[in-house]
Amino acid sequence: MSTAIEFNHVGKQYRLGLVSTRTLSHDINRWWQMAILKKEDPYLKIGETNDRTKAGSSEYVWALRDIDFKVEQGDVVGIIGKNGAGKSTLLKLLSKVTGPTVGTIRARGRIGALLEVGTGFHPEMTGRENIYMNGAIMGMSKAEVSRKLDEIIDFSGCERYIDTPVKRYSSGMTVRLGFAVAAHLDPDILVVDEVLAVGDAEFQKKAIGKMQSVSQGEGRTVLFVSHNMENVKNLCKTGVIMENGRSVYRGDIVDCVNRYLDLEKDVFLTETVISDKYRKFIHYKQMEFLNVKLLNESPHLALDEEIAVEVTIRRNEASKTRCTLEMMIDDVMQRRVGSYISEVLEVEKDLFTVVMKLRSHNLAKGKYYINFNLGLKEKEFQYSDFDIVYGVLSFEIAYLRNNGEHEPIQLWKDSWGRCQFHDATVEMR
Amino acid sequence: MAEATTSPQEEKWDIVIKPKDKLFSVDFKELWNYRDLCSLFVKRNIITQYKQTILGPLWFIVQPALTVIMYMVVFGSIAGIPTDGVPRPLFYLAGTCMWNYFAECMTKTSNTFVANSSIFGKVYFPRLVMPIADVISNLLRFSIQFGFFLLIYLIYSIADPDCNAHFTGYAFLFPVLVLMMAGLSLGFGTIISSMTTKYRDLQVLFSFLIQLWMYATPIVYPLSQTGSMRFMGVPVHTFMCLNPVTPIIETFKYGFLGCGAFVGWRWLIYSFVFMCLLLSGGIVVFNKVQKSFMDTV
Repeated sequence: MSTAIEFNHVGKQYRLGLVSTRTLSHDINRWWQMAILKKEDPYLKIGETNDRTKAGSSEYVWALRDIDFKVEQGDVVGIIGKNGAGKSTLLKLLSKVTGPTVGTIRARGRIGALLEVGTGFHPEMTGRENIYMNGAIMGMSKAEVSRKLDEIIDFSGCERYIDTPVKRYSSGMTVRLGFAVAAHLDPDILVVDEVLAVGDAEFQKKAIGKMQSVSQGEGRTVLFVSHNMENVKNLCKTGVIMENGRSVYRGDIVDCVNRYLDLEKDVFLTETVISDKYRKFIHYKQMEFLNVKLLNESPHLALDEEIAVEVTIRRNEASKTRCTLEMMIDDVMQRRVGSYISEVLEVEKDLFTVVMKLRSHNLAKGKYYINFNLGLKEKEFQYSDFDIVYGVLSFEIAYLRNNGEHEPIQLWKDSWGRCQFHDATVEMR
Repeated sequence: MAEATTSPQEEKWDIVIKPKDKLFSVDFKELWNYRDLCSLFVKRNIITQYKQTILGPLWFIVQPALTVIMYMVVFGSIAGIPTDGVPRPLFYLAGTCMWNYFAECMTKTSNTFVANSSIFGKVYFPRLVMPIADVISNLLRFSIQFGFFLLIYLIYSIADPDCNAHFTGYAFLFPVLVLMMAGLSLGFGTIISSMTTKYRDLQVLFSFLIQLWMYATPIVYPLSQTGSMRFMGVPVHTFMCLNPVTPIIETFKYGFLGCGAFVGWRWLIYSFVFMCLLLSGGIVVFNKVQKSFMDTV
């Protein structure tokens, strides 16, 4: 097998803060040092690794540094890492959206990037026109799109609306159409950045199936970035773990996922001040989350221990007097384990705090993340969302009983599921 | 070191992404491969501009018509600036058509990086496709306005056969003149858009400079009006012609209306050379900026 992509000491440096301040003086200095004095670029020497949690002394950081690996042809590589580890930057370099600061990337064949679906969609143009537009942006010729047009329309499931301007589409339809075009791009190297998070379950399945057939059946190389460990595990053969702009581990995907989860294992969020980093969609925020807190003594809980959270909410629109609070719990693979929706709460103040206690949750041993949804859910098909935040708290179920003894749970296999039922009777007859 | 042993196969890379390329590394072949995209952008620019309007493409004509009426009142009746004996509407319309094409192209192309940063941030294609598509789609708008000019011209010559306007042989230079206009606007546009990614002030500066520039170009007055005026011992005529747009506009007017006098080949060639240098400079700068502009825009 030959090498499809080769990263050779690739690095990308960014400048922090406002780019527009003092750039002219920096530019002149750099030009003076390099062109006249024939020295090295003075700003390339400084710069630190990219750790966003620590304040650094330099205003230059390396978003990527010393990336050095090869991808074999037909390989499906999952790239995993925390937010800001440099995953997206890596894909951006590969798709030529921006250039590296140092190093070389070499590749064989056409690269198709799926950094966001529906790029270049114009709301005033019809679905059909946008298919051509989107295809051409991604490097297909007109003839190529024409040849695959029926297939694309069929895959998207938007046949009825194909001659309607895209501005009349629902957001789900737009995404479907965008992915349909991208899926028929037929590049030799496919670069995908977590586009599967959108669309309904049926479409996600379709999308993953398409990616699998692209990689397995047609022997193409795929680079896949996702936070969803289950998708990564299902799709990829090998993986790369990124941390602070460096690739820290490369190997079999199962090893990678386990190692990554291990890295995360002992980090728990017990109180979080909400910022947009925890939102995937920006809702209208008639009410919004300000702060969430785990009220339990420690994030290491027992099987029968209640999960207590305190949520501080601000009301932005005085006309809203009712809301429902929903707590959704995900496991480490980002699978939704379960949800609890509160009764309708009457809101009287603009700033209020809700304490929610979840008893008899039956959660099995393991680490979990809590998401919150604030909205108004009264009947099944009649609800609205004000604000949704993801992964804001985390805890683990580690002990058997909460009677002060702290007896650890010794054995629980992942394949047994995420619920450990414990209130049952067993009789011999 | 494993990298030291390079097999012969290593040479055959299709894509090599490096931090810095040589200055003159514009990939025209790649640009040509994306011609379909260019034509789609042209189509998009035209279709979407007047969607959901009642007059639709008629707006292309309404704009110059209103402008000409305004000029007739302000510069014709109030200021009393002569038009070389040519009927006023024709004189102003000829100038407005050409200038509008130039100004419109330049405004559009100078905005390329900032206006399209959301697309450019997601997917790669030769960025030069965008300004080229702008210039081409404006060409359509220009040809409608030019057709309108010819129509008015026809009406005038039927209604008033004695009116001073007449064709001269220089009218055959028309395609070259349009090409020069396109080249100049693309050249200026690419340079300005490359610079605005970092220093946004230029955009503000530029938007009002272009208005002043129109008055430095003989649009609302004939070049002959400068007569024997001198500035620091040099004829004002020379200063005016140093503006690369002036020879083009003057040749256009002389060719189609026969007004004034031909500026001379010397100035036209100067303008042409200026255009060539500017355009190649613009493309080189644009090409250099496109690699890293996402980090600064």
